[in-house]
Parts: sequence; structure tokens; C-alpha cells
Amino acid sequence: MKVTIKVNGVERTGDVEPRVLLVDFLRSNLRLTGTHNGCDTSSCGVCTVLVDGEPVKSCTALAVQLEGRSITTVEGLAQGAILSAVQAGFHEEHGLQCGFCTPGMMLTGTALLERNPNPTEDEIRWAISGNICRCTGYMNIVKAIQHAAKVRAEAAAAKPGVPATVGAGGGE
Amino acid sequence: MLPAAFDYRAPASLNEALAILKQHGDEAKVMAGGQSLIPLLKLRFSRPELVVDIARIPDLNTIKREEADGHFAIGALARHVDIENSKELATAAPMLAEAAHWIADPLVRNRGTLVGSICHADPAGDWGSVVLAFGADIVATSQSGQRVIHAQEFFQGPFTTALNPDEIVTEVRIPVAKGHSGGAYLKLERRVGDFATVAVAVQVELDGGKIAKAGIGLTAVGDRNIKAADAERHLHGKEPTDAVIAEAARLAAETAEPKDDARGSAAYKKDVVRVFVQRGLKTAVGRAREAR
Repeated sequence: MKVTIKVNGVERTGDVEPRVLLVDFLRSNLRLTGTHNGCDTSSCGVCTVLVDGEPVKSCTALAVQLEGRSITTVEGLAQGAILSAVQAGFHEEHGLQCGFCTPGMMLTGTALLERNPNPTEDEIRWAISGNICRCTGYMNIVKAIQHAAKVRAEAAAAKPGVPATVGAGGGE
Repeated sequence: MLPAAFDYRAPASLNEALAILKQHGDEAKVMAGGQSLIPLLKLRFSRPELVVDIARIPDLNTIKREEADGHFAIGALARHVDIENSKELATAAPMLAEAAHWIADPLVRNRGTLVGSICHADPAGDWGSVVLAFGADIVATSQSGQRVIHAQEFFQGPFTTALNPDEIVTEVRIPVAKGHSGGAYLKLERRVGDFATVAVAVQVELDGGKIAKAGIGLTAVGDRNIKAADAERHLHGKEPTDAVIAEAARLAAETAEPKDDARGSAAYKKDVVRVFVQRGLKTAVGRAREAR
């Protein structure tokens, strides 16, 4: 069955069986392996991608369901060598240990800041409550998202209307 | 983990979807957000020949208040997150937003729907108790027309509903009194995203300081979502004193039929029902007194 999905701004077409999961379509058909496949039972959130800006579990969606929709994966966050504010936050605050949950965490964090640019710690913890970090590195993940919120606010103050990005290396 | 193979259709209109269901009967399975169905397909607990994805049917994602009698019509594609964030619902029927907030996790809530959840009819599902507490009506549509199924008749057993294979639930009608009404949803879960150990939905309507109407639904303590009818009857027409509420809570716990499992013993769960119904009634009555 033919399916066309906009992935990171580019229309991608594939021929898949209806039973193929979105995570498998991204990883196997499109070779976008930044989206991880973890529990495969809708429990852990490492497979999180954004569908029209909202975080969802790509292990619990069929590729054919997403026909015509717009998807952002972790590969779509940076602009070339320029990290997004959330990526820079994870770099700056050491928001990862083994890194397996990181793509999902960063996408959930990105969606949160789009909706709520200045979240409280409770709001951040609630937003990432569907994303499990098996290393239990939540302290720094929360700090990373807070850092990103700060960077975005500063960038917005400096250049209204321009999305916040910082140089690779987190502005060092 | 791939599901077993199935055919897939994504009709663009309700009429087209109903025709497909008429033709395929119980070989077909309706999918909205897929948050219950896809895990079942992966585990092969469900092996339909055809999945009918209704997500592209227009106008099914609405949440609207009908002026005539004040009920809220929740469309088949209204997601948990839509209910959680609805400002109108937060004011008129806070129990709905409260229950939505407890469902699964934020990622699942971005795709799953209330209607899909009740059609899945998991005894540990949260929305079943909510629709029982409100005394909601479930609107089933087929090629022969529409019929209204009362929430109490809708749930027939674990993962079993009164729905026929050629029917789609197009909306759920939640009656919300315009005067002094209020509710609460209380849930005990081991961690975010787990099913309830126990949860309780309570909705009351006050008239002149007395309980004009009470609805209580129990989650994960039986083979389906349970309506605590004895407790409801006990409350009817009485002033909600501490003693009346305590007795209603005791009756609700008697109605519950929990089993021992990894989440707790049956005795423990019964006691959680009692405590939650007591707390929930106090919160609901407080909210009803403040409501305009």
C-alpha cells in the first residue's frame, strides 16, 4: 500500500503493508534510525516522534494512518550543524547518560516548549511522564529543558519571531 | 512486533464507513486513534481481516454543548487531550478533564479517544466509569439509522459491548445539569501509564441542599466498569452528611468485585473503593455547591 508522509519537511513515499508500524517505516524504509524502538508495547516513549507538532508513540501507530501528515523525528531538530535549543540544553546540562531515551525526550521537550514556552518544573515532569529514562537521569533532563526554555526566551527577546537555535557545542 | 496481516481502509465519509462495516460484519474492526487496538493487534489478541480507520471522517472530532438540554456531545474522534484541554468542559463538567488527565500518559492522550476507549471496554478503562457516573447515552450509527444505548447497558463484560458489528459509535452524550452539579475522578496507579489499581468516578447534582441525583462508576474492580447502584440509591434525596457519605462509600465497596493480582489484594482494593468514594463524594458535593 502506498503511503506518503512529510518527514522533517520532505515528502517521503513508501510501499508498505498496512500492518507496518510507523517506527519500522521510519527506521527500516527511510533509514532514519534516530527514532528508537524500545519496549514496543506503548510503555516507554523512546519511539516518540511529533505528528503535526504533537508527541506520539511511533510504535503504536501504523504508517498508513499517517498518510498526508507531517512528522518530525530527532533528525529534524538540528539545522545542519546548528543544534535546536532543546538539543543544546541536553548538551549543556548533560541531559543523557546512555542516550537511548534522548531522541524521544528531546521531541517531547520541543513540543512542550512550543505549547508552553515557560513551563514550571512540575509541568516539565508531567509532560515527560510518558517518556521513561532507564538510567533515571531525570534531574538533568528537566534541567536541559529548563535551559532550552531560557535560551529560547533570550533568542525571542533578541529577535522576535525567529526560532531559537544555538551553535553546535551549545554556545561555548 | 508486527501485527498479523490485515487489509486497511480509511473511508472519507461516515456513509462509506458504514457500508464497509455492513459488508464485512465482524471480520472488520473499527479504529480511531488505535491506542488500544494496535497493542491488541500486535499481541494477536485481535486478528481482524480488515481494519477500518475512521480518522479521516470529517466532523467526528467535536466536543459541543447542545443548548436544548445542556448535554455535551463528545464525537468519536475527540481525543483524551481535547477533553483534558477543553475550557468549556473544565467549567461545566470538571470530572471529565480530571479523568482525562489520569489516562495513560501524555503521548497516548495525543492519539487515543474517549469513544475508542469505551468501545474497547477494558474493565480497567477510565472512561467507562465516567460515562456510568454521568448516566451518559451512547449513540450507535449503522446503515439502518441511529440507536441510543444507555451507558449501563453498553458494557456487557470484559472487552464486550452491546454494539453490533455494523455499528459505529458516533458520539457520547454526557448530561450535565446547569445548576448545582459537580464530580470527581480519583485513581490509584502504581506509576504513570499503568492501568488503575482502583479508580472511582463520582458525579452529583444538588437541589435545595439535598442530593437530587448521584452517579458512581468503579474502575478495575470487576469484569466491567461497575455502576454502584446501591450507593447511588442510598444518596438519593438525602442531605450529604458525613454519615450518609460514609454509608454510600461502604455500599459502593460491597458492590465492587475485585480480584487479587499484582496490583493488590481484593480486600485492599475494596477498601480503596470505600475511601475513594467517600473522598470523591465530598469533593463532588463541594464542587456542586460552588457551581452556578
